[in-house]
Amino acid sequence: MDKLIIAGREFSSRLFLGTGKFGSNEIMKNSVIASGTEMVTVALKRVDVWKEEDELLQHLHLPQINLLPNTSGVRNAKEAVLAAQMAREALHTNWLKLEIHPDPRYLLPDPIETLKATEELVKLGFIVLPYINADPVLCKKLEDVGTAAVMPLGSPIGSNNGLQTRAMLEIIIEQSNVPVIVDAGIGAPSHAAFAMELGADAVLVNTAIAIAGNPIVMAEAFKLAVFAGRMAYKNNLASPIRVAMASSPFDLSLLDIN
Amino acid sequence: MLNHSFTQIFNQFNWEEVCSRINNSTEEDVKRALNKSGRLIPEDFMALISPAAKNHLEELINKSYSITRKRFGNTIQMYIPMYLSNECNNVCTYCGFSLGNKLPRTTLTDEEILNEVAVIKAMGYDHILLVTGEDNQKVGIEYIAHAIEIIHLHFAHISLEVQPMEKEEYEKLISFGLNTVLVYQETYHEKNYKIYHPKGRKSNFNFRLETADRLGEAGIHKIGLGVLLGLEDWRADSFFTALHLHYLNKTYWRTKYSISFPRLRPAEGDFEPKYPMSENELLQLICAFRIFDENVELSLSTRESQTFRDKIFELGITSMSAGSKTDPGGYASNIHALEQFHISDDRTSAEVAEVIRSRGFEVVWKDWDVVMQ
Repeated sequence: MDKLIIAGREFSSRLFLGTGKFGSNEIMKNSVIASGTEMVTVALKRVDVWKEEDELLQHLHLPQINLLPNTSGVRNAKEAVLAAQMAREALHTNWLKLEIHPDPRYLLPDPIETLKATEELVKLGFIVLPYINADPVLCKKLEDVGTAAVMPLGSPIGSNNGLQTRAMLEIIIEQSNVPVIVDAGIGAPSHAAFAMELGADAVLVNTAIAIAGNPIVMAEAFKLAVFAGRMAYKNNLASPIRVAMASSPFDLSLLDIN
Repeated sequence: MLNHSFTQIFNQFNWEEVCSRINNSTEEDVKRALNKSGRLIPEDFMALISPAAKNHLEELINKSYSITRKRFGNTIQMYIPMYLSNECNNVCTYCGFSLGNKLPRTTLTDEEILNEVAVIKAMGYDHILLVTGEDNQKVGIEYIAHAIEIIHLHFAHISLEVQPMEKEEYEKLISFGLNTVLVYQETYHEKNYKIYHPKGRKSNFNFRLETADRLGEAGIHKIGLGVLLGLEDWRADSFFTALHLHYLNKTYWRTKYSISFPRLRPAEGDFEPKYPMSENELLQLICAFRIFDENVELSLSTRESQTFRDKIFELGITSMSAGSKTDPGGYASNIHALEQFHISDDRTSAEVAEVIRSRGFEVVWKDWDVVMQ
């Protein structure tokens, strides 16, 4: 599979994993390994970043893994910047998944605060990957202020509803100059494959793996689906056709025309 | 009274009518509520808590279980109460701290608070619930603000269960690091509320009813609701709780909500509940709240027995307490003469955590941070 490049860093895997909702840290760790991912998100609110022996963090001390701290829980740009600075200082990374949701129920991202925070964090030297609604105009504005990627949602987080925002995602993918990572709502390997077939650069999955009957096997299923979707996209996936067509090309010579 | 508050919604309902609507719900109503696609409304909730739904408990359980896993994953959050004072100026006919009760009264000093903090931290907790009786002089806003100030850096999340306050007072406490306020209406039966709360500021039903509005306007992160189950018809009281939740969700959309289930258990202590609620009924209620609102946090305390808690925690609950003491200073000292109510599940927090883990759940001690409101 071709490499994914974000802010100059190369990734062999195009599957990102969230680390919440797992039944134990051990299952989470083994799912991370089985998925082949190189990028996992960690909610700052869930870990004690100042504690070396934090249990969740300890399970993620794996050589191939990059930690992507996320700001889930903050409600505005000001809190996001504070959380980001704490993450950088404690976890020694300037990478950040920016999540600002003033709505605690559906955790829908606030576009205005997100744009404001991205601009400020980029100036402070952060590599920012913002979680956003599938809004093509917002994506371009984020590009203008120096975002490293965009992470539009497929459907509400944790809903397993797949790519309900497909029409907008297609516009975002068409227009984007930074990697597009489809985040939230991916509930089945087929959804992940579909996102990749549409041309997404990567997908982020959490709930669908964490609460599966066997999260470790499900992580591998997602790995294969992302791989298959990317291969299909890179090799000019045939478009759906409404009228039946013979699978062998028509032989024009039979028509006897010049 | 506030211009726009829950009072206006509340006044549109009549207690007796609500009781009869719930009791007259049919099996068809229950099935409709269970199979509804899209969001449920308070009228659907009536069917789910009705006597008719008792025959559908298994369906309620299954639905509640799967919604909870999808939304909250295979995790249970832990919190612990810390009693700062048992001073109280109210007369509440059912409560151990009630004004007339002859028990030694005490309010923790800074040093005593920090002793408690040390013990609680060693137990593994990062989410704490501060509790006092209702005494505006001895444990007024200044005392509480100071208490929050000294423990704020020790805990990731601070909740408060004290007397209802004014909006400006909540704003002040939020600025000191307060995240959540629990305020139980005890009962939404306005007339009988006066009988249970004959004296003290608590006897003002409306001031208590509008507390959640004042909290919402103050911009609090989370509000906890509940009634004392068994004081009055628990079905009607729970309907009003659901109605309150429904209103708050739409009005203060930046705020999170949780529901607690303090149940008066028959034959424990002096106060006999008029409307005793069985364990099966409590389970039905928990599942009904989950189906009604996918996102609301549901909390189960050590008031309930070990057997019951172990049996049902995975069916809809999202947070639990363990190893709790309900007397001020109870963690650091061994004399427990001042309890508010008796703990039924007296296992240590480590023992409870082990049971949760053995059932395939991650025990979450920290799910917030001091950098967040």
